[in-house]
Amino acid sequence: MNAPSLPNDYTAYPDADGRFGAFGGRYVPETLMPLVHELEAAYRAAKADPAFKGELDGYLKHYVGRPSPLYFAERLTRHYGGAKIYLKREELNHTGSHKINNCMGQILLAMRMGKTRIIAETGAGQHGVATATVCARFGLPCVVYMGAVDVERQKPNVFRMNLLGAEVRPVTAGSATLKDATNEALRDWVTNVEDTYYLIGSVVGMHPYPQMVRDFQSVIGTEVRQQILEAEGRLPDALVACVGGGSNAMGLFHPFLNDEAVRLYGVEAAGEGVATDRHAAAINGGRPGVLHGSLSYLLQDKEGQVTEAHSISAGLDYPGIGPEHSWLHDVGRATYLAATDQDSLDAFKLCAELEGILPAIESAHALARLDQVTNDVGKDGLVVLNLSGRGDKDVATVAAHLGRTI
Amino acid sequence: MSTSRIDARFAALKAEGRAAFVAYVMAGDPDAATAAAILAGLPGAGADLIELGFPFSDPMAEGPPIQRAALRALEKGMTLKGTLELVRGFREGDQTTPIVLMGYANLLVTWGFTAFARDAAEAGVDGLIVVDLPPEESGPLADALDAAGVSLIRLATPTTDDERMKVVVRRTSGFVYYVSVAGVTGVKEANAAAVAPHVARVRKASGLPVAVGFGIRTPERAAEIARVADAVVVGSALVDEIAEAVEMNEDVTRRVLSKADSLAKAVRSARVGQTTV
Repeated sequence: MNAPSLPNDYTAYPDADGRFGAFGGRYVPETLMPLVHELEAAYRAAKADPAFKGELDGYLKHYVGRPSPLYFAERLTRHYGGAKIYLKREELNHTGSHKINNCMGQILLAMRMGKTRIIAETGAGQHGVATATVCARFGLPCVVYMGAVDVERQKPNVFRMNLLGAEVRPVTAGSATLKDATNEALRDWVTNVEDTYYLIGSVVGMHPYPQMVRDFQSVIGTEVRQQILEAEGRLPDALVACVGGGSNAMGLFHPFLNDEAVRLYGVEAAGEGVATDRHAAAINGGRPGVLHGSLSYLLQDKEGQVTEAHSISAGLDYPGIGPEHSWLHDVGRATYLAATDQDSLDAFKLCAELEGILPAIESAHALARLDQVTNDVGKDGLVVLNLSGRGDKDVATVAAHLGRTI
Repeated sequence: MSTSRIDARFAALKAEGRAAFVAYVMAGDPDAATAAAILAGLPGAGADLIELGFPFSDPMAEGPPIQRAALRALEKGMTLKGTLELVRGFREGDQTTPIVLMGYANLLVTWGFTAFARDAAEAGVDGLIVVDLPPEESGPLADALDAAGVSLIRLATPTTDDERMKVVVRRTSGFVYYVSVAGVTGVKEANAAAVAPHVARVRKASGLPVAVGFGIRTPERAAEIARVADAVVVGSALVDEIAEAVEMNEDVTRRVLSKADSLAKAVRSARVGQTTV
């Protein structure tokens, strides 16, 4: 591959073909292509319609509870001994994570398009719960595909989805995790093209999903920009977020892409270590490939068979990553670090003990790399970390790893 | 040149006034040696063309039968390289039956389109269907296949309207594959009356023979489709025979070929003259 050229305006992407540099695209079966074009046109129209934005903003304020606070984490700051650390409190949103921002946007779009049935994939269950929530709110039937392994390790979320009226279909194919749930959701979509809207939960999949999900999540970064200017009178030196598919990170990063003095850090799940074959770090341990509709960094074997991801965090347990992240990595705009299961467990406990906040085990991956990020920006630095979800759902997993029964 | 093998076969069938029977099997299912024996036996069992799947870990457009076939093949170590070896072996005994490979983009991305097109042509492959490379993404592959003389065979579907049909058929050669149902392979059932106008539409737009697949499982259904299309593709039903034979510890090759034979007979006896382009 040629060295990618640096863009003048990072926010001008994707291009008309849904590309971020070489990444992205629309690698889908022909049956879906007309729907993908229809979705793109509908999204473009909605984005240009002030009534759509007004409606979405209303629900984000009164139903989701936005804006979420930007909180100065005084004791974490003291612990790391230098840069000021702020936490963007996405875990305080209704349903407990950033996922609802995107779900609210997409369900309003689905209804605008006249779709009457919603499907979704979920890993940790956070996106499934958020989807089930908006479906309940607007009275649409909802089917959530979830890997059988994830159903087992995220039982509380499965029950929450059921309480919200959604049908959770366990997927036993392949590794029975998020990648396989995504395959099954795509199979459902290709079978029910007339009435079904596929509500993808991250900045992955075929164009326009990576752009659309990023746009709906950009409310995070837009608020942070305003909040940090109010609190500190200047932009932060670094932003940090965990990355599976990468929606919470993209939502935080995007409004800052053209502020090149703001360093961007994504943290991938290193599982048992990037040097082992049990991790979920697509950029740190994969190479570009095609899965689920886009070209992006991907965990795969020599031939191109997709390999199984491994992470303590079901939400990061995915062999791919959003194409915009792949591009930001290749052009050097963002830095992708990794945190192991153990690093994340340690960070989970640290955040609980110092700040009184149980972070999602996903978000704990970002917390785990505060060591490097605070070091990079120095003593006078200013760091904003996206606390993308709350950790109540993870207490059983954490207990098991600590050798405790609850 | 390899493209001509597909054209020659369809020209001969047109002269006979009948549709082609296209048998789909997965490379390496249930293992490389048995797959080779099945391939070698398919022309004798009445297959006019062969579609050979190459296994991929995440076959998003396949129903359970072909998903499981891919899994069986991968567990036995089948690769895209191994798939070309199977074709090469088949060509030692058969120079006329066209072989079309069918699968997913990522293995080709890894191999490199130009090198793969050349290697596939050299092994005796006549055409390529890549499920997740719609026209929007298949330009570079089409260039590579053109240079190597291998047909790119595109899929048209019930959701392809007339405007889009022009885009779909633009760089297609050999034949067009009409996906008879919106869905994955081997689940919904095709309906000849519903399919017929679409076949006519695809033919008109492309000037090429039209093969119909997805959702044809029985000789009766194959005969119905053979009356309205230029070719009938059966995949999941054959692959299911492999699965059942393995499970029952029966002779896999014999069982699959016997099923192929009954489907081929049904297609041949459908005998229609109006399938000409």
